[in-house]
Amino acid sequence: MPEALAPILDIATFIRETLLSLFETLGASPELANGLVTFIGAFLIANFVLLILVVNIWMERKVMARLQDRIGPNRVGPWGLFQTVADLGKLLSKEIIIPSQADLIPFLLAPLLAVMSVIGIWAVIPFAETAIGTDVSIGVLYFMAVSSFGIMAILMAGWSSNNKYALLGAFRAVAMLVSYEVPIILTLMVPVLLTGSMRMNEIVMAQNIWFIFMVPLAGIIFYISQVAEVGRQPFDLLEAESEIVAGYHIEYSGFAFAIFYAAEWAHGFAICALFVTLFLGGWQGPFVDQIPTLGFIYFLGKTFLVYIIQIWMRATVPRLRIDQIMDFCWKLLIPVSLALVVLIALTEGIITTLAEQGILTAPFLANYFSTATAADMLPRTFVLLTINAFITIVTLFLLARRGRAERERFEAMRQSMAPIEAGTD
Amino acid sequence: MSEWTFIALLLVTAFIFPAIPIVAGTLLGPRKPNEMKNSTYECGVETVGDTWVQFKVQYYIFALVFLVFDIELIFLYPWAVAYNQLPLFGIVAGVVFIITLAEALVYAWRKGALEWL
Amino acid sequence: MLTFSPVSVSFFIMALFTIGGGLGVVTTRNLVHAALFLVLSLFGIAGLYVLLEAPYLAVIQVLVYVGAISILITITVMVTRRLMGIEETYNRQWPIAAIISGLLGAGLIALVVAQFGALTPVADVPVDNIEQLGRAFVTHQGFLLPFEVASVLLLAAMIGSIVISRDV
Repeated sequence: MPEALAPILDIATFIRETLLSLFETLGASPELANGLVTFIGAFLIANFVLLILVVNIWMERKVMARLQDRIGPNRVGPWGLFQTVADLGKLLSKEIIIPSQADLIPFLLAPLLAVMSVIGIWAVIPFAETAIGTDVSIGVLYFMAVSSFGIMAILMAGWSSNNKYALLGAFRAVAMLVSYEVPIILTLMVPVLLTGSMRMNEIVMAQNIWFIFMVPLAGIIFYISQVAEVGRQPFDLLEAESEIVAGYHIEYSGFAFAIFYAAEWAHGFAICALFVTLFLGGWQGPFVDQIPTLGFIYFLGKTFLVYIIQIWMRATVPRLRIDQIMDFCWKLLIPVSLALVVLIALTEGIITTLAEQGILTAPFLANYFSTATAADMLPRTFVLLTINAFITIVTLFLLARRGRAERERFEAMRQSMAPIEAGTD
Repeated sequence: MSEWTFIALLLVTAFIFPAIPIVAGTLLGPRKPNEMKNSTYECGVETVGDTWVQFKVQYYIFALVFLVFDIELIFLYPWAVAYNQLPLFGIVAGVVFIITLAEALVYAWRKGALEWL
Repeated sequence: MLTFSPVSVSFFIMALFTIGGGLGVVTTRNLVHAALFLVLSLFGIAGLYVLLEAPYLAVIQVLVYVGAISILITITVMVTRRLMGIEETYNRQWPIAAIISGLLGAGLIALVVAQFGALTPVADVPVDNIEQLGRAFVTHQGFLLPFEVASVLLLAAMIGSIVISRDV
């Protein structure tokens, strides 16, 4: 590699070090320079989250339109790309109506908290090996903690609006979001089990084989639960238009509404980034060892692909009823993820113990937990996939049995109703 | 500590960022309140009774079951981090913990606490 | 004695959150406002944990208290009948309670002032102590019994709450 290319190969480190030396030549102490660079990083990430929204919303409308055989926005800017900017301009000129009955401070604080919780998530997401806001030792729990502010924001908005629909929406939201946090907690444990660390960057580095190929069930459950956590279709119960008008943000107008809207969209994108980081290898990809800058491209590429899946789900799956949503979470996702964690821990514990005792002697069992190379991870992948397949088959079997019982019950009911319908009873 | 400086700065920035357009919105947007406009929106119908309707206890039970699982993670995540180096005994201890929780879930299920009525 | 550094400034902000939130909880008459003040107070405590270099505790504090318990409290307020906006004071014993808690608070403050500067750090905080914690949870020498008892406690709490809430 030629020396001159070095800055481009690892652009994040290059920018950081250039800025650091620049501030120090300007006479700042090392601590101050460090603080300034940290602030610039935080500022850039906050800007990134809000600016990428323009692309996200445009993409959502465009992809949705194509899925529904329409063209979508195509007037403002090339391919309608500036439609969102125009919308923002319009919303900025609208009146922010504050209902006379509203509780002013929580009412205005709620949208700010919603955005804060979403932007906060990005602090621990690695864009590339050298470009991560901060690699805290409890990264995985950190983003769970930050997103819990989002629930608080919804409750505040629903309560302070002094509106029955808003309160209903907030309560549905709390019941649903709180329920779907449980499968997230359980499946999030699986990457931690596989890596032995809660640092986001270490989780990415351990994915020489992507975790989605090792534990597909955990990945799918995590993704579904996160989509529910954002409250997007088919889980958009908290703002079901046909039932409670707009849910918790019904009384918000103008830019206060736009901020809720932005927080929701940004959350939708953030969960894609999380899913990519935890299960799809994050910035991992070919040649990324030599050229860390490529990590940005891999990471964003994967994130946008996952985002398209989310739009696709939105365009195709109808909204579920609240009892269906709750049943789906408590009676399917949570038992399956509990079984997954228990089976993984037990099987791997037994295998490694047998290997230590010398009962099972296979060369690949010596460094079973190693994540150094893809070849090292193969035996573990095999074991985990077997567990996944087993759980899937058992679950499908139980579901089929349940479905048959339901059908028979329905059939019996219809037969008992038949004389009434025919009018002969 | 320095890693938390970033988080603190990011959270503060994230809090101020959306505040700016709200302020701008109140300055740029029109401001013509009237009684009808500021009343509670209920599809054109006047609000009947108190907004703070009483909710059913179902919400409370779900929140409680969630709380149990939430507290569980305090104990389980350190276990998950140490998992790679634990002997079989340690792994089984964690599994027993999870199974006790699963029992709680089974109890709630059998008692019908998880039905949305 | 007071030094002006980023850490001390953040300490004072967090202490303000904690104490101000706590005062808000006991002075406001609106139950939901009290719950929101409680969230502020608990968040301040999380910030103090960060300043003490205990990030795991800080995150747990936010996750459990802000994310779960405060929501539970808010829901409890909402499912309880007509507790919104009570004007008269129900509890006539509040002066006694105020005296007792005032005395306790004064005692605590006196204790802290007496000990101020006398405490010295014994050892450095280990950097990655979560793994050690996890290991300690599941070994005989560590906290195996409390660990398993905690899960039974959670089970008992859930069974109890279901029994009570379905009985009413």
